Amino acid sequence: MNAASLIGNDPGWLIAVKGLIVFVLCVVLTLMSVWGERRIVARMQMRLGPNRVGPFGLLQSLADGVKLALKEDLIPKAADRIVFVIAPVISATTCFMSFAVMPLTGKVKLFGHSTVMQLTDLPVGVLYVLAIASVGVYGIVLAGWSSGSTYPLLGGLRSSAQVISYEVAMGLSLVAVFIYAGSMSTSDIVEAQQKWWFGVVLFPSFIIYMISMVGETNRAPFDLAEAEGELVGGFHTEYSSLKFALFFLAEYVNIVAVSSLATTLFLGGYHALPGLGFTESWLGGWFGMVWFFAKVIGFFYLFVWLRGTLPRMRYDQFMKFGWKVLIPVSLLWILVVATLRVMSARGEPRAVVAAFTFGIVMLIMAASSLYERSVRNTSIDQIPDSSTEPSFPVPHVAGINRVESINESNG
Amino acid sequence: MFNMALHVGSTQRPEAVLFWVMAPMAVLAALGMLLVKKAVHSALLLAWVMITLAIFYIAEDALFLGIVQVVVYTGAVMMLFLFILMLVGVDSSDSLVENIKGQRPASILAALGLGGLLLSLIARAVTNVDAVGLTTANTAGNVQGIAQELFTRYVWAFEVVSALLITAALGAMVLAHSERKHTSQRQLSVDRFRQGSLAQTAGLPASGVYARHNAVDVPALLPDGSAAPTSISPTLQARGDIIESAPFELAPSVEEEN
Repeated sequence: MNAASLIGNDPGWLIAVKGLIVFVLCVVLTLMSVWGERRIVARMQMRLGPNRVGPFGLLQSLADGVKLALKEDLIPKAADRIVFVIAPVISATTCFMSFAVMPLTGKVKLFGHSTVMQLTDLPVGVLYVLAIASVGVYGIVLAGWSSGSTYPLLGGLRSSAQVISYEVAMGLSLVAVFIYAGSMSTSDIVEAQQKWWFGVVLFPSFIIYMISMVGETNRAPFDLAEAEGELVGGFHTEYSSLKFALFFLAEYVNIVAVSSLATTLFLGGYHALPGLGFTESWLGGWFGMVWFFAKVIGFFYLFVWLRGTLPRMRYDQFMKFGWKVLIPVSLLWILVVATLRVMSARGEPRAVVAAFTFGIVMLIMAASSLYERSVRNTSIDQIPDSSTEPSFPVPHVAGINRVESINESNG
Repeated sequence: MFNMALHVGSTQRPEAVLFWVMAPMAVLAALGMLLVKKAVHSALLLAWVMITLAIFYIAEDALFLGIVQVVVYTGAVMMLFLFILMLVGVDSSDSLVENIKGQRPASILAALGLGGLLLSLIARAVTNVDAVGLTTANTAGNVQGIAQELFTRYVWAFEVVSALLITAALGAMVLAHSERKHTSQRQLSVDRFRQGSLAQTAGLPASGVYARHNAVDVPALLPDGSAAPTSISPTLQARGDIIESAPFELAPSVEEEN
């Protein structure tokens, strides 16, 4: 029996229980990940991080949450009151919804019922996640607009432009997965990866997805929406107390959600690492959840690592990267994948497939060497009128002979 | 029409409950969209109508259509609308003054025409027609069924529509294109140094730094005690949010008054 029919047999109360489990998991994961992020970043910066509340400071984010809830809740005078209240609610509700289609385990027993730990299984599950993400953007945009102030408006526009652009790249990176799995349902995609993970087979898609998931969640090095040097706090500048806490929650749940999707689509979901397949039957199948969350936490660590390592990108460079690099590359990659799929479906001889692949590789190499040459040429051309010597000392730039110009002006 | 009532009466309970809960919400939101004053509220209500429609599609077994409706219309199209509306301004509500002559009768006529068209279409779709074939169409799965139709029977129409859309996108790009030469940050900084005066190469003077008051609307003072007009943001000057600078100056005129 596949996941969809198992889920179809769930009685109502079991669905409610599963929903509760998913919700609690998300909230606990948020608390833990806030703590984890602060500790890991602290380690990377040679600090200790929060270590006072509870063992290892584990309860720090709980204490912070209580503190946030007890703070004064301000609504600015210029704010649009209704929208100002609705915006964080939209953010915080939509971020949970994408977990409904995440397969957390294979077949398990829950209160005597044979089922899978997945709330529902849609034939278009992955598209559903994208749809939910696109509704979630409303929270950000509306928060920015309704605050009635300049910085939040700019931050909101920035982050929604960013999320929309990177959603395009993300959607395109998923197409290759659909082509290979032959389905858009999350559980089918996981099952299709029993032999090879798509992260290996479709490595370029995996890379594009990972980049766009960081862009989509507004995280460093792409956290331009809250670039504090330019925009104070971005879209949530005017928010305080519980409403701010909702945005905070949404950000972390979103990180877990995109990590879960990455795990499901590219790293085999709840399946064990290669060679450890025997562990999947431990605890009556529940051990799959351990694998799932181990992978999700791995992605989360990646997020923190990026934040601890990379400086923030400039906004125009970031958008240019999304539209002029990620999207064309993923379009080309989809073409290649589709061609290979058709070839294997038609049973073409291996030699043809190998020749095609070799041709593609050669084309890429030729294109990249041409591109590099043109970059080298233009970078020499770009130096502005190097014939006219500046009459003042400037930092050394290739093409402007600094030492000579100083000597000339001295002599 | 009678037939339609029959259909509604015979729908199964969950679907009927869904209909009677969601349909009034959709209609109210649609009416609200027309009646609210602020353009952003109107756009939000429209987004809500689209989401309710998507829920209806999903309830009618058109899962793919419902999800795509949310992704494309709510997620992309409405978001672009919102973008434009927000850039227009927070407090802007529609002005009710007519600029174009004869706009009102023309729009009423167009609305009536559209209404008639929709009514006749809906009437044709629901009267004396029994909906059959949903299960056959969905046998291979909803998505597969749509793909089958789209890429076999309607492939020509599909391609024509995509060509049209690409043309529209290109047209928009041509219309919005401007021949502005892009200058890099490095080029800008080199230009600043080359422009002759070194006084402003490091940027404009900050407001109020050498003045007696350290506020954005108070000009900085030049070495001779006069106000530096460039030290105040042009935005503040345009808005009129700027204090008369003379009292802050250290120029002889002030001292003479004392």
